[in-house]
Amino acid sequence: MSKIFHVMYDDDAKVMAAASELVGQGVQVKDVFSPFPIHGIDPIIGIKRTRLAICSFMYAMTGTSLAILGMWYFMIQDWPMNIGGKPSFSLIENIPAFIPVTFEFSVLCGAHGMAITYLLRNGTLPGMPASNPDPRTTDDKFVVEISTDNNSMSADELEAAIRKTDLLEISIKDA
Amino acid sequence: MQREAAIREPLILGHKTYKDITDDVVGPIMGPAPLGWKIMITISSLIAVYGVGCILYLLGTGIGVWGLNKTVDWAWDITNFVWWVGIGHAGTLISAVLLLFRQKWRMAINRSAEAMTIFAVIMAAVFPGIHMGRIWVSYWVLPLPNQFGSLWVNFNSPLLWDVFAISTYFSVSLVFWYIGLIPDFATIRDRVTGPIQKKIYGVLAFGWSGRAKHWNRFEEVSLVLAGIATPLVFSVHSIVSMDFATSVIPGWHTTIFPPYFVSGAVFSGFAMVQTLLLIMRKGMNLENYIHVKHVEYMNIVIIVTGSIVGVAYLTELFISWYSGVEYESYAFINRFSGPYSWAYWIMMSCNVISPQLFWFKKIRRSLVATFALSIVVNIGMWFERYVIIVTSLHRDYLPSSWGEFHATSIDIGIFIGTIGIFLTLFLGFARFFPVLALNELKTILKSSGESYKNEQAK
Repeated sequence: MSKIFHVMYDDDAKVMAAASELVGQGVQVKDVFSPFPIHGIDPIIGIKRTRLAICSFMYAMTGTSLAILGMWYFMIQDWPMNIGGKPSFSLIENIPAFIPVTFEFSVLCGAHGMAITYLLRNGTLPGMPASNPDPRTTDDKFVVEISTDNNSMSADELEAAIRKTDLLEISIKDA
Repeated sequence: MQREAAIREPLILGHKTYKDITDDVVGPIMGPAPLGWKIMITISSLIAVYGVGCILYLLGTGIGVWGLNKTVDWAWDITNFVWWVGIGHAGTLISAVLLLFRQKWRMAINRSAEAMTIFAVIMAAVFPGIHMGRIWVSYWVLPLPNQFGSLWVNFNSPLLWDVFAISTYFSVSLVFWYIGLIPDFATIRDRVTGPIQKKIYGVLAFGWSGRAKHWNRFEEVSLVLAGIATPLVFSVHSIVSMDFATSVIPGWHTTIFPPYFVSGAVFSGFAMVQTLLLIMRKGMNLENYIHVKHVEYMNIVIIVTGSIVGVAYLTELFISWYSGVEYESYAFINRFSGPYSWAYWIMMSCNVISPQLFWFKKIRRSLVATFALSIVVNIGMWFERYVIIVTSLHRDYLPSSWGEFHATSIDIGIFIGTIGIFLTLFLGFARFFPVLALNELKTILKSSGESYKNEQAK
């Protein structure tokens, strides 16, 4: 039977210390729930830097291409218009006038694409149920989640290691 | 842990804990509505209803109900549009530019400044919308296939760039704001007790649980959004200025317009933030979070941008003379000495002279003086747009068609009405939304909180 430990701390510095200590003993920390981002916890518990910025760049480039393609089609290919004698029959000559819309559309796609990817990857969508183990973790408490599943230690050994840290409460559940 | 020099003024006053921050922000949402709030929202929604009535009358009758005439064919509509868009710029500037510069003081004000941005941009969008006359075909500004209209929309026109700029700006600001709100809604969801409230905030919180990986992504998304919103802010008001600058009207046809408009926008936006926040901090007991130091920082931004605007006014005058173009010089001589000189001198004294008072530390740190001057700047920036638009148009190349603009009651009603709608939305925000980025504030408590700083100093 695998077990899940939810260990509560009342300070971000204590979480950092406890996480370093546990990881130092070879314990795998599954997750940390906190009311605000704890700077420096990610490398300790083995969270890699997100690649959302790269996504955003790709979405923005898609936007750039679509904007230029669209304006080429509307203004040059499908229905060229003579507007105040401005060069309207060649994309390359007309491109200065297309820069603002190209920029805006790139930002539009980059920002919204990234935001949607972010929400989907997080699984945070309208009406989703909350999954924090204790409502106090959105206020001033911090919970470290440790499971026996991805740890080689037995439940008792884990509990002994956890109890040595400066914790506030501990809850043990069967998974 | 991050440390901060002891000489820096703390950003969070008093002995606060993480829990206190939650209670101070979430408390007013859970408690009953204060009497002052009820009075204010009643007044502002009555004004809003009057404004909506004027708008409906305009839509039913046509834009002839405005005071526009053959000579001055653009007046309060575009003045109000530019004024509102300008006000909208402070929110994104505070949340994006100041985030890139790692200015911690932004955390106390960014949420409400962003809300202000969103509401101001909605108000701005009202004006071109109703100016179209037939608002029900306003979707024709989008590039739709020919069957919908006669031709494709003109991508060479700054007016169309504006459509893209304003809609991008509005939607990106909204997303930026909401992504920051999600964790704070989760905090409210876990605090409120009423079942309906819990359900509503639960939906709004998107199931946020504060996992480490999610916070990691949250910070990256905020940073990238700030990075792309920063050039966006500058592009939006540059494009608004090009509505004028790409025309050949003397007084509008100036290359200085984009930077001049952007700094003017930041200037007026910060003034509006001051006006709103000075009332809000008092009404909601947030004096420990938004205090004199925050006000001082914003006043410094106001001096800088106000002075840039002042330099731009003088540069315009100089260039109009130096260009040697008589139409150009006449446009500017007429501005400060013609029939609209009263508006010009209101603009000059409100925007250039009055913010210079902030060089005095006493005035810069006085809340009463700041509040008064912020109103003065708001008025001055409205007149700036009025001066640019109406004085440039009212005397064109043909003296026989010279005329003047006289605002009608509908012009005034719609403008006042948008202020009413804006205040109603903002008051609604102040009542039901977390008005401070409370979870972000917790990250600076230990480095910039007063009691923590005092302990470190010992």
